[in-house]
Amino acid sequence: MTAPHAASSTPSSPSGKAPPAPDRIQVIVATDCGSTTTKAILIELVDGHYRQTQRGEAPTTVEAPFADVTLGVTNSVTELQELSGRRLIADDGTVIRRTALTDPNGCDVYISTSSAGGGLQMMVAGVVRQMTAESAKRAALGAGAIVMDTIAANDNRKPHEQIQRIRELRPDMVLLSGGTDGGDQKKVVELAELIAPAKPRPRFGGEYQLPVIYAGNKDAAPAVARVFGAGFDLSIVPNLRPTLEAENLGPARDRIHDVFLEHVMAHAPGYDKLISWADAPIMPTPGAVGDILQTIARKRGINAVGVDIGGATTDVFSVFDGVFNRTVSANLGMSYSISNVCAEATMPRIMRWVHLPMDERELRNRVKNKMIRPTTIPQSLEALVFEQAVAREALRLSYEQHKAFATTLKGVQQQRTVGDAFSQQAGGGTLVNNMKLDLLVASGGVLSHAPRMEQTALMLIDSFEPEGFTELAKDSIFMMPHLGVLASVHPDAAMEVFEKDCLIFLGTCVAPHGEGKPGKQCFSWTLSGARSAQGTMAVGEMQVLPLAHHESCEMTVSPEKGFDMGTGPGKPVTRTVRGGTVGLILDARGRAIAVPNAENERRATIQKWLTALRVYE
Amino acid sequence: MAKAFTPGLTVTARTTYRARRVLPITGDVLVARGAQVKADTVVAQTFMEGDAFPMRAANILSANPKDLPGLMLKKLGDTVAKDEPIARSKGIFGMMKTEVKSAADGVLESISDATGMVIIRGPQHPVAVQAYVSGEVIEVIAGEGVVIENAVALIQGIFGVSGETHGPIAMANTAANDILDEAHITTAMKGCVVIGGARMTAAAIKKAKTVGAAAIVSGGIDDQDLRDFLGHDIGVAVTGSERTGITLIITEGFGDVAMAARTFKLLASHAGRVASVNGATQIRAGVMRPEIVIPLDAAHHGSGGGPAAAAGGAVAGVLEIGTSVRVIRDPYFGVLGTVAALPEQPAVLGSGSRARVLEVATVDGSRITVPRANVEVIDG
Repeated sequence: MTAPHAASSTPSSPSGKAPPAPDRIQVIVATDCGSTTTKAILIELVDGHYRQTQRGEAPTTVEAPFADVTLGVTNSVTELQELSGRRLIADDGTVIRRTALTDPNGCDVYISTSSAGGGLQMMVAGVVRQMTAESAKRAALGAGAIVMDTIAANDNRKPHEQIQRIRELRPDMVLLSGGTDGGDQKKVVELAELIAPAKPRPRFGGEYQLPVIYAGNKDAAPAVARVFGAGFDLSIVPNLRPTLEAENLGPARDRIHDVFLEHVMAHAPGYDKLISWADAPIMPTPGAVGDILQTIARKRGINAVGVDIGGATTDVFSVFDGVFNRTVSANLGMSYSISNVCAEATMPRIMRWVHLPMDERELRNRVKNKMIRPTTIPQSLEALVFEQAVAREALRLSYEQHKAFATTLKGVQQQRTVGDAFSQQAGGGTLVNNMKLDLLVASGGVLSHAPRMEQTALMLIDSFEPEGFTELAKDSIFMMPHLGVLASVHPDAAMEVFEKDCLIFLGTCVAPHGEGKPGKQCFSWTLSGARSAQGTMAVGEMQVLPLAHHESCEMTVSPEKGFDMGTGPGKPVTRTVRGGTVGLILDARGRAIAVPNAENERRATIQKWLTALRVYE
Repeated sequence: MAKAFTPGLTVTARTTYRARRVLPITGDVLVARGAQVKADTVVAQTFMEGDAFPMRAANILSANPKDLPGLMLKKLGDTVAKDEPIARSKGIFGMMKTEVKSAADGVLESISDATGMVIIRGPQHPVAVQAYVSGEVIEVIAGEGVVIENAVALIQGIFGVSGETHGPIAMANTAANDILDEAHITTAMKGCVVIGGARMTAAAIKKAKTVGAAAIVSGGIDDQDLRDFLGHDIGVAVTGSERTGITLIITEGFGDVAMAARTFKLLASHAGRVASVNGATQIRAGVMRPEIVIPLDAAHHGSGGGPAAAAGGAVAGVLEIGTSVRVIRDPYFGVLGTVAALPEQPAVLGSGSRARVLEVATVDGSRITVPRANVEVIDG
């Protein structure tokens, strides 16, 4: 029988090298090995400030005929070398380290993330779907995994159906949880007894034993170990739900990262070399994005949401009151799964954002043609408008899923006071609060490559419906993964580059919560400081006030009765607001945003909003 | 000379095709190296472990899990039949005994004294792998399967549904831009791979299925017709496992689009010959496109002079002046022509985006500018 592994407390650099101390780090090379492209960035200390100075990219080389991820890394870093004039690649293709800070060649640290080969794919299991299974799913998602399925004793599937499902899946690893410490052992052992005979096979061939991480009732660990016996590589870590009232996801997440490196990465082509090159553990790309967002939220003391909309999936990350959550909306994407977005959102909901006349049958064929030829790009304005309408719905659906997942712990007894008598909220309420949201960061092709910043801003506002004062930004060149792993080596450098080079600030959205009759006054506003102005907004209106990237102003918003800027209906709020490439966006459409049903009125309304923000000029 | 790269689909009159046919788990290879096989020859077979049937035996007996081993009527490894008693409670004073009956035919695999669960392992499932394409076995992979090789005409489609099948090629349309309708389908097409021109209509698909055709290959299909046929929408292009009774392959795309003339001509030149087709499509990392594989006979083996000769002068994937291309996105979707210019600098598109473009001299004599991402190379 394979002896179960004990959890490691902190992941160490797999190459065995300790990264240099932060004051010895002046030149950093970071790569992100994506499914199709390997992106490299060079970060240098310039005049006492860390700046991203060059970027390069090359096709990822994990598949035949190359089958060695380091070739793509070498090629992308070679591009950095050519652009910077600094020699970074040695004759044997490895990344050069300098021995002295005066050395004009080489770098001080090389780090990398990876999502090549489909990233990290996991199956999770827990006894109760809404409790331990959900905590297990949170741990896996937070570590950057794609959760293929969640098995629970109460998931409405019969045991043999669950076994059949487990057999069909080929996960990279399994995370099993269940029971609080000292509580019932039987149910979680039963789950183990379902998983073990199903004999799931790992995705990368059959040469290694499937890793199983057990993070359930500690008293049941010996029985679980007996059930898995030989044939599985079992790790036992502290319970991720030691009590009903507490989640302890850290040890499970750390072990997932370790197993990712030891098993999954080690069996992917060329990763043994890549691991030996890097000065810090290779992280799954979404895990690194989550880390940098948490670092930013913590350092600035803000609530933040990040979104990465890709061709196949959309990732949403949030940090509210220090609690981090990540969701992956599989099959909500803009190319491979664009057809699924149309099916889930329905065509009328997509078309509500379109101000141009379009034929629905023709559009449906176009959607399918995009699905089967995912690398094509919109050539006409009409095609762009439609794609951005689809993006709004993909983002909206992904955010809905995120809100439903990012909740307080379910199954927890709520202690109530007399004051709660009229506003009782059960456990499981969403942590996402748009009124408390301070920063919304966008990344992914349709948002990052929109021809006009105004388009990115309006897509974000229409789909996320931020309330109060919310800064909008986009990741300039999808640098967040690199900075996430850099944060583990040099947090200050990661922060500085994030603020100065990674984010392009679009501006601040000012939007009261509430509903009103179109045309009636919604709020009045005054600006002071860098700019002085004042005005009013009627319900249903949008307006942009110029306020440049490095400018900020004091702004007082006085909402009408029925509208709330965060301190209660009708109460004025004064805040410092930040400008951006778009400016200050005043949104008096209310929440939720209402689009008229009548076709002519709808198109006229959308046109009015587009004109106000100069979206398609 | 300026060059660029773009994905393209293979349409070739002659190439060497190798089919790797392996079992999902180890098993027995039934053919030897050098053997000639047909499409339906079984080349390897094995048995998959049977399904597991968990039973909460202690619960059924109202017994403590720890007591379950003592209540079992069968031992680990015993063969059991469905509904055969496998455990029995002691009852009250020897009366009112409760039994646990096996949920399936199989073998008693485990008895848990921790949870009271019993698992019956059902009978093994036979798994057989057919050759798919006729040809010669050029390699035997011990315990896994074989590699089959043959000279073939090969056409990759853009999208398909349902998996592998084979049958003689039957031309239903006489021109590449003819719509394939039910009037073109006859009872003689039973078991055939039916070739249409442009869009296949819902009525044509229905009739082809009724007459028992093996597959339809045509230029396009309307999204609504596909949804009606499948009974559901396709959200993600990962197909092949549908059980529709007929394989559908489109060579160009969705909507009213004619099959490329060269593809149609190539298929027509092989009318009556047996083709192996597979509608399985996977448009993710590791792209898989549907295919029509037509093994060539000795006469064809001698012709052509190799794949390069069949490529019609264009190197697949490379865009240069004179390369034949097809536009694959609106507003010029389906337009055919040749590359007339490859400007170095990005251009501003009608959408407002900046992108690298190329100019296409179309077959009707006009000249259009399109993003490089929106064309694919076609042979000849």
